Amino acid sequence: MSHSTNTVTFLKDNKKVDWHNETLWWVRSKRDVSSKQIPEWEQLRELASGIKDSVLSNLAGYLEEFEKNAIANGINVHWAADAKEHNEIVTSILQKHNAQKLVKSKSILTEECHLNEHLEAHGFEVVDTDLGERIIQFVRQPPSHIVMPAIHLKKEDISEIFHEHLQTEKGNNDPQYLTEAARQHLRNKFIEADIALTGVNFGIAETGGFVVCTNEGNADMGVHLAPVHIACMGIEKLIPKLEHLGVYTRLLARSATGQPITNYTSHFHRPRSGQEMHIILVDNGRTEQLSREKFRNSLKCIRCGACMNTCPIYRRSGGYSYDATVPGPIGSILSPGVDLKKHQSLPFASTLCGSCSDVCPVKINIHEQLYEWRQVVADEKLDGAGKRISMTLAAKVLASPSLYNMLGKLARKSLSLLPKSLINNPLNAWGKQRDLPAPPKASFKEWYAKNRKS
Amino acid sequence: MKIALFIPCYVDQFYPQVGIATLELLEKLGCEVDYPKNQTCCGQPMANSGYESKNEKIDELFIDNFAGYDYVVCPSGSCTLHVKDHLHSASRETEAGSIRNNVYELVEFLHDILKVDKIETAFPHKVGLHASCHGLRGLRIAAAPELNIPPFNKTAALLQKVKGLDLVDLHMPGECCGFGGTFAVGEEALSVKMGKDRIKDHTDHEAEFIVGNDMSCLMHLEGIIGRNNMKVKVMHVAEILNGVSA
Repeated sequence: MSHSTNTVTFLKDNKKVDWHNETLWWVRSKRDVSSKQIPEWEQLRELASGIKDSVLSNLAGYLEEFEKNAIANGINVHWAADAKEHNEIVTSILQKHNAQKLVKSKSILTEECHLNEHLEAHGFEVVDTDLGERIIQFVRQPPSHIVMPAIHLKKEDISEIFHEHLQTEKGNNDPQYLTEAARQHLRNKFIEADIALTGVNFGIAETGGFVVCTNEGNADMGVHLAPVHIACMGIEKLIPKLEHLGVYTRLLARSATGQPITNYTSHFHRPRSGQEMHIILVDNGRTEQLSREKFRNSLKCIRCGACMNTCPIYRRSGGYSYDATVPGPIGSILSPGVDLKKHQSLPFASTLCGSCSDVCPVKINIHEQLYEWRQVVADEKLDGAGKRISMTLAAKVLASPSLYNMLGKLARKSLSLLPKSLINNPLNAWGKQRDLPAPPKASFKEWYAKNRKS
Repeated sequence: MKIALFIPCYVDQFYPQVGIATLELLEKLGCEVDYPKNQTCCGQPMANSGYESKNEKIDELFIDNFAGYDYVVCPSGSCTLHVKDHLHSASRETEAGSIRNNVYELVEFLHDILKVDKIETAFPHKVGLHASCHGLRGLRIAAAPELNIPPFNKTAALLQKVKGLDLVDLHMPGECCGFGGTFAVGEEALSVKMGKDRIKDHTDHEAEFIVGNDMSCLMHLEGIIGRNNMKVKVMHVAEILNGVSA
């Protein structure tokens, strides 16, 4: 289904749309305040972008450096070409340890690979331990936002979900009460877990270590208790040196939520005594995106979600309208690279307002890439014959001054003669909820010919 | 100084008063302005729909009309940005390049080139400024609210010179109105919702007029205002700077 069709459904509940819009705007506003407290903010963005330029132009070298250092630290390094390989590697580690129960901190990469479904089909228990992810896991929904996965739900919704799944009091919407219930529930899951799985925010080539940023401490809780730690990392998550990390940690949380830093910034270098540590390096379409010059720097993304919070479309259409693992502007330039046919409407789910590019902490030119994907969609003839014909005709008319003058006059004349009811017919999408401008008698060109030298 | 006036197609056809105000304003400021009469459109509607490849002849026609001038001035940030970013020619790339360099949105031209420091008109009304996205973040007519840079706003700087004009603050300055060219019909429901929200921000702050640099955004807002019988009016910045009684 196209983004516009999904959006019509979301827009039916106008009150909820306004709430969603204002909630995300509040996050964007916190980001504005926080970023403006850093005088060198724009320099940081420039640096962050430049470092990622270096990573992307030497990715193979940095990956090998990372692998060598990680192995030297005692980490088991795995390479996964795609989602299937990734999921099989996780399964094989679980099987090797006769493990049944896995706790997982937030990892959009595992969402991308549909790991939960895969593991459940193989009879394993997977528990998402990020509060937002746990909430949507209860109701079997995907995240609607990459940083705030349950942002589409209100506390009343969560109260109902917890009443059903955690037997909390019906109608008790107190956030503290509900959070405490989740906390007690998750404690047991942490204690019982055989294996803890985390995502990776930054892999450091120089040290072979990696960094996981969370607000709830759930990644640490899982990893510190379980005898096995699996970390799943997209290959673009590398940075060259530890000294580069501060550039990103200063940008990440401020961009995401307006916090100066995430509550936990956990560094992992080697397994503790008696523990086993694995890292899975996942491609899943990333090298292909790297090969597309115009779209390459979409891989700079550090998954802060700022482009979603700022996007006037996302705020009013909701994460599910994008029907993609990563919604919002960044998702709309990543997803077409994975499946152009399925995601062909996404580059058009934008007014090209450019707010996403200006808010992006790594300066991805998101709106320009949306424009470029539109060209690809049209070149591949995925947007329908009707549009192609009308665009071809329009281009012909606008290339000919005489045709343009004549048809402009005709259009104005007909608009002034036809009754409103006929103009605003069901085929005229403009006129459904908007009037057309009252047509003037003379165009500017006609006025000029009469009133100025020609 | 040889100046050519570029009047976007929809302004030509639907809002001639904006073209007239632009021309008169430039003339009052002592400019000698040509209006190349074979002009049509910059090609943005096709390009933003994915059909930049169909624009070859439109680009050639644009160069026929606008090559050789010191400045091309246009009362639309969006069309100006399109020309700046996308005008090319296989055989006349030097001409295309100099047009890309010399094309200015009206306010930019008044502020940066003519350095206008006095506006002799009055407009005793509460005005909400709609910062159209392509002017704001493409041409950088004002500091985008997302960036951590010293604030500036060239449009507001000019409007504040108009006697009696009272600029109101907005809840979401820099928020898109939802026009977006073919987006307005391709995502009709969302486009209208965005437009309604934008208007409400202005009326919540008691603006009597929504004023902007782009008639396209204002056409979309005006369409919603008209259909819902709202009181607030839209007006192009050129009309106010040139002097209009409301």
